[in-house]
Amino acid sequence: MYQYDEFDQTLIDERVTQFRDQTARFLAGTLSEDEFKPLRLRNGLYVQRFAPMLRISIPYGLLASKQVRMLAHIARTYDKGYGHFTTRQNMQFNWPAIADVPDILADLASVQMHAIQTSGNCIRNLTSDHLAGVAKDELVDPRPYCEIARQWATFHPEFNWLPRKFKLAFSSSTSDRAATRVHDIGVHIVRNAAGELGYTIFVGGGLGRTPIIGVQIREFLPEVDLLSYCEAILRIYNRLGRRDNIYKARIKILVKETGVETFRQMVEHEWQQIKDSYLKLLPEDLARMKGHFLEPAYAPDADQDASYAAHLASDSAFAAWTRRNLKEHRVPGYSAVFASLKAKGVAPGDISAEQLDAVANLADQYSFGEIRATHNQNLVFADVAQKDLYPLWQALREQGLATPNIGLLTDVICCPGLDFCSLSNASSIAVAEEIFERFESLDDQHDIGEIKLNMSGCMNGCGHHSVGHIGILGVDKKGEEWYQITLGGSSENDASLGDRTGPSVSRADIADAVQNLIETYLGVRSSEDESFLACYRRVGMKPFKTRLYAEAEAAA
Amino acid sequence: MSTLIYKGQLEADPYVELDDATAVEFGGHFIVSMARWRKDYSPLSISGSRIGVRIPNTVELARDWMILARLPLIVLEFPSFADGRAYSQARTLIERCGYEGELRATGAAVVEDQIQFMLRCGFNSFELRADQDPEACLQAMNTFSLAYQRAADTIEPVFARRRARSA
Ligand code: SF4
Repeated sequence: MYQYDEFDQTLIDERVTQFRDQTARFLAGTLSEDEFKPLRLRNGLYVQRFAPMLRISIPYGLLASKQVRMLAHIARTYDKGYGHFTTRQNMQFNWPAIADVPDILADLASVQMHAIQTSGNCIRNLTSDHLAGVAKDELVDPRPYCEIARQWATFHPEFNWLPRKFKLAFSSSTSDRAATRVHDIGVHIVRNAAGELGYTIFVGGGLGRTPIIGVQIREFLPEVDLLSYCEAILRIYNRLGRRDNIYKARIKILVKETGVETFRQMVEHEWQQIKDSYLKLLPEDLARMKGHFLEPAYAPDADQDASYAAHLASDSAFAAWTRRNLKEHRVPGYSAVFASLKAKGVAPGDISAEQLDAVANLADQYSFGEIRATHNQNLVFADVAQKDLYPLWQALREQGLATPNIGLLTDVICCPGLDFCSLSNASSIAVAEEIFERFESLDDQHDIGEIKLNMSGCMNGCGHHSVGHIGILGVDKKGEEWYQITLGGSSENDASLGDRTGPSVSRADIADAVQNLIETYLGVRSSEDESFLACYRRVGMKPFKTRLYAEAEAAA
Repeated sequence: MSTLIYKGQLEADPYVELDDATAVEFGGHFIVSMARWRKDYSPLSISGSRIGVRIPNTVELARDWMILARLPLIVLEFPSFADGRAYSQARTLIERCGYEGELRATGAAVVEDQIQFMLRCGFNSFELRADQDPEACLQAMNTFSLAYQRAADTIEPVFARRRARSA
């Protein structure tokens, strides 16, 4: 993975010094609350319902074991012993004291980590495919491009005070695991007909209050032009994005109000003037960065191991886990292993300090010392040899990290909701729990198959509800918690936004509602191979709606 | 009177800002609005005074460059702490148009926490917000000794240092 050189290190060290000074001025009363706020947000520090919340950057979700140990240390030393992985591949701590944050940032800097631009109206931490470098359907490893873009975006002097937050995501595979179409800029790394590498650029996607799927504004951008094109988009946005209304300030609104064609012309015009500037990457820049992401020393005979087949035959619980929690690796004899953070009784994405330490040790032992966070709030050991799968599973099971539910109904995406977030209308974690209990039986879940249930506590959509196959959004009705349901969303290559079922459902009825939807699906699907999403796309809203509201009326 | 930093030094401000109704006298230093400059471009150009122009952050400068090129002073506005439009205007003026005169930042964001990024985008003149400590602002211009991006200041960017090292 990427290793800092002395330049990167100097920059994050200077950032810690700067923030220490800002915090001291705030605590001394010489920096106002109003102005400290955007400054602390740019270091990931929110002030939440009960306490501050610190969001730590995990660029494109990649962590070294020593960084995971540092997260454990922070959880223990400054927090209540656990942390929370977010839907943006970052980590959040919910209980640090403001005065401690400079020390936390200094600790992070000692292992090449930071919280820079994890919030605020600036270019945010960028995200990518959690299977980057190992996926079978991958064209090239997107991470070198992510790192190039990360450095360009970090402390960009022109784009630190944008109208609103700005998110980039990278993908380079046939199935988009990075939800690029719901980002302000989505980059697909592609090859053109002539065999040259480059990018297809999407712009103006986003979730939240006005969910929109990003539109393609350039079919093929040459590999060396990544930064100039992004800079052109950002400059147009910084100049013309709306600043009069926070709900209309994202670039998606600018694109919509300007019209895609006009917006494209403006970007192209700006780009023409800067594309041959110093922003052009040199082949050596790309080569140097790619050199940071060389493949690990895979054992050439990994697939010769016979113990794996024996364990599969003798241990059905292990076999069940391998069916759900392994993904095929491009190297024979290796797998990408998912550690589920969706165990019963645990808020989705939460992880304790002990678990973090265990994960770090297991990464060292079985996966070349690296771990990845996914935007579905799970963890991935990306390079596990076949012979190590059984001991790894056993160790994960001891830690409560081996729930075999990846991609199933209880693998919900869920924001912290009422429990932590001051913006929330309705609790999301408690609902996740209820659904977990109802569908705990794995056989039932297997029967239901691949499904994405996404939940957000409010319109901001941190739980990506609008792209859930089933989406649940907390709404406030006269001080009571209600839930708006959508069906048919997807964040993959076939990205789409969910359709509303109708009136919202009460707190008491939401788990029943989900069950009704699932039962309807099981009744109308054409075969076991037709997924919930495919089924919904075929039969439409009607049977789901009929069942959902018939039950509600009967109950009323 | 507010404090001015120009080219890295505390300086007295020779310019006087005029509202659109006040006549420009001969031989002074005056700042006028963009609207007035557009309207009275010819008479003001030969007024025998040094004229600076104050430009709202909504103006697209590349389009107006013809009438701005020879100005000794351009003032760009930061109407609120978080409104960063003038950062883009500054880079356009300096890097695209090649403006070489005094480029002044004014308004609510001209504070120690933003001054280095303004410097990086090409401002060389800062009308500090009234509550600012001038010494702290001067120091804050060097908060970061390095940068990832090339910009309008003198910091040699990280990518160029890496290229030089591996050359
Ligand atoms: S979706 Fe709303 S409630 Fe949930 S974390 Fe985001 S802002 Fe908070």
